[in-house]
Amino acid sequence: MNEHIIQIIELTKKYGNIKAVDNVSLGIRRGEIFGLLGPNGAGKTTIIKMLATLLKPTSGFAEVWHHNILKEQDAVRRSIGIVFQDPSIDTELTGRENLDFHARMYGLNKEKREKRIAEVLDLVELNDRAKAFVKFYSGGMQRRLEIARGLMHYPKVLFLDEPTLGLDAQTRHRIWEYIKRLNKAQKVTVVLTTHYMEEADYLCDRVAIIDNGKIIALDKPNNLKNAIGEDIISVQVSDGGKFSDILTKIEYIKRIRLHDDFLFLSVENGEIMIPRILRLAHEEGIFVQSVSLRKPTLEDVFLTFTGRTIREQEASVKEQIRMKAKASMRMGGKR
Amino acid sequence: MKSLDFTAIYTIWLREMKRFFRARSRLIGSLAMPLFFLLFLGMGFDAAFKFSDMPPGVNYIAFLAPGIIGMALLFNSITSGLSVIWDRQFGFLKEIMVAPVSRVSIVLGKTLGGVTTALLQGILILLIAMGIGFKITGLLGFLSAVICMILIATSFVCLGLIFASIINDMQGFHLIMTLFTFPIFILSSALFPLERLPLWLKYLSYINPLTYGVDGLRYCLIGMGHFSLALDLFVLVCFCIFMIGLSTYLFGSVEVD
Ligand SMILES: Nc1ncnc2c1ncn2[C@@H]1O[C@H](COP(=O)(O)OP(=O)(O)O)[C@@H](O)[C@H]1O
Ligand SMILES: [Mg+2]
Repeated sequence: MNEHIIQIIELTKKYGNIKAVDNVSLGIRRGEIFGLLGPNGAGKTTIIKMLATLLKPTSGFAEVWHHNILKEQDAVRRSIGIVFQDPSIDTELTGRENLDFHARMYGLNKEKREKRIAEVLDLVELNDRAKAFVKFYSGGMQRRLEIARGLMHYPKVLFLDEPTLGLDAQTRHRIWEYIKRLNKAQKVTVVLTTHYMEEADYLCDRVAIIDNGKIIALDKPNNLKNAIGEDIISVQVSDGGKFSDILTKIEYIKRIRLHDDFLFLSVENGEIMIPRILRLAHEEGIFVQSVSLRKPTLEDVFLTFTGRTIREQEASVKEQIRMKAKASMRMGGKR
Repeated sequence: MKSLDFTAIYTIWLREMKRFFRARSRLIGSLAMPLFFLLFLGMGFDAAFKFSDMPPGVNYIAFLAPGIIGMALLFNSITSGLSVIWDRQFGFLKEIMVAPVSRVSIVLGKTLGGVTTALLQGILILLIAMGIGFKITGLLGFLSAVICMILIATSFVCLGLIFASIINDMQGFHLIMTLFTFPIFILSSALFPLERLPLWLKYLSYINPLTYGVDGLRYCLIGMGHFSLALDLFVLVCFCIFMIGLSTYLFGSVEVD
């Protein structure tokens, strides 16, 4: 299970003086959903493009499914499926025709094509719209079609570059479910990039946090969050001052902050600590009105490592402007 | 990497066909312009001027028809080649480029697609012209004209691909149409004979490959021309091979963003 299906070794890509990707080394395991999480411009897309053999690294190399991305481009291309950050479907064709085009390009014979098209359409629930022109699809449907297309030729690895960028919350959750499902059912390793914390947290078995082209942390989402330490337990009690004095003597509580009736306790492994704290309160005769636990998020992790937040807000605004510019360019080109 | 992947070539060709036959309005538009030229320009000039260099029995419309076929081939071929700009703009080029398929196969698929559509339009215009009274030398002339058309179309689809490899936006597309395609058309002897042109215009026409294409078409269809059919074919074949080579080379170094 821990066999590496992708091995990246000291991969670097420079654009002029900018190091878009800076000496990145990492291994991606067979069967996992691996996430590259980082703000806009961190270098995620550049890494994906180098792995997909669309871009030549400045230095370093990588192996995908034991094929060198520099020397065995064809073999690499056969082993991967990819959903690009920006749309890449022919909107003048139907959904089915797009899948058919892809299958033929990858050399699937007629029988296999028919079977596989039905399978992947089924997976993303687009059966009933397969014969419609893609220009009549919603953004979410187009994305689902692209995911289906990426799976057409039975790839070993599926790259998803910002799979839910610009989609509404409901569509996003739906796509998350497809990704989980295809990872299980098709046994395909998934490498996705995102700047949404919840996405990385919810979907990924392991996450590499990337900033300015460098990997700054890599682990399971839970381990990453636990590594920065404390959960925050807030306890609402009848006599905050008294309870605070009692808790100060207990060594597993790192910090205590008192605010009105609320005590905010920084601890490790908050779930385990809650019962202990409740028992203590009971023993001391203190009445507990409510308890809640806040886990650190990947945003807290990013903040700890970089001193900044991922600024999801600003990033998504930038993306929207970019998408709009692209869309208007397209309108200009339609004739 | 297999250098020639026939399935991929066919797949890319098939997509071009689907897109071509679905875009009815574009098809009508691209047929209408040459037909207007042929009818209105042909009849207008025929009535207004006497062209002294015309051999006996050849009227202006007969002279013009091969030129207009050349024009239709030129515009449709270059537009087909340049459609790669659209593919890039819409992102579909990435889908093509990431497939395990050699660049040569992609260029050949695109070229075959463009040649097929341009050829269909060229032949259609020829048939329409014949329908309204344009007389050709015979079946052999017709078939050899088709060979000229294939050479012209292939060369200019590849030229379109070459431009598309260098330029990547809509502005570039319009610039090329005005800066290259129109002069190539005007200076190809499609509209007027070369004999009486001022020397500098004559030389410009001599370095224009389409001049030899139109001249070849004239030999095949009405049995007269400026150079000789052998020279026309020689230039066309050389230009065609050069264009295929250069487009394959340049397309090979295209990066997708
Ligand atoms: N073609 C290019 N030319 C110059 N700089 C580029 C190019 N592509 C990306 N970059 C730069 O490389 C960095 C990483 O970009 P990218 O990989 O797209 O980031 P991400 O996908 O994480 O948002 C950015 O600073 C971006 O501006
Ligand atoms: Mg990106």
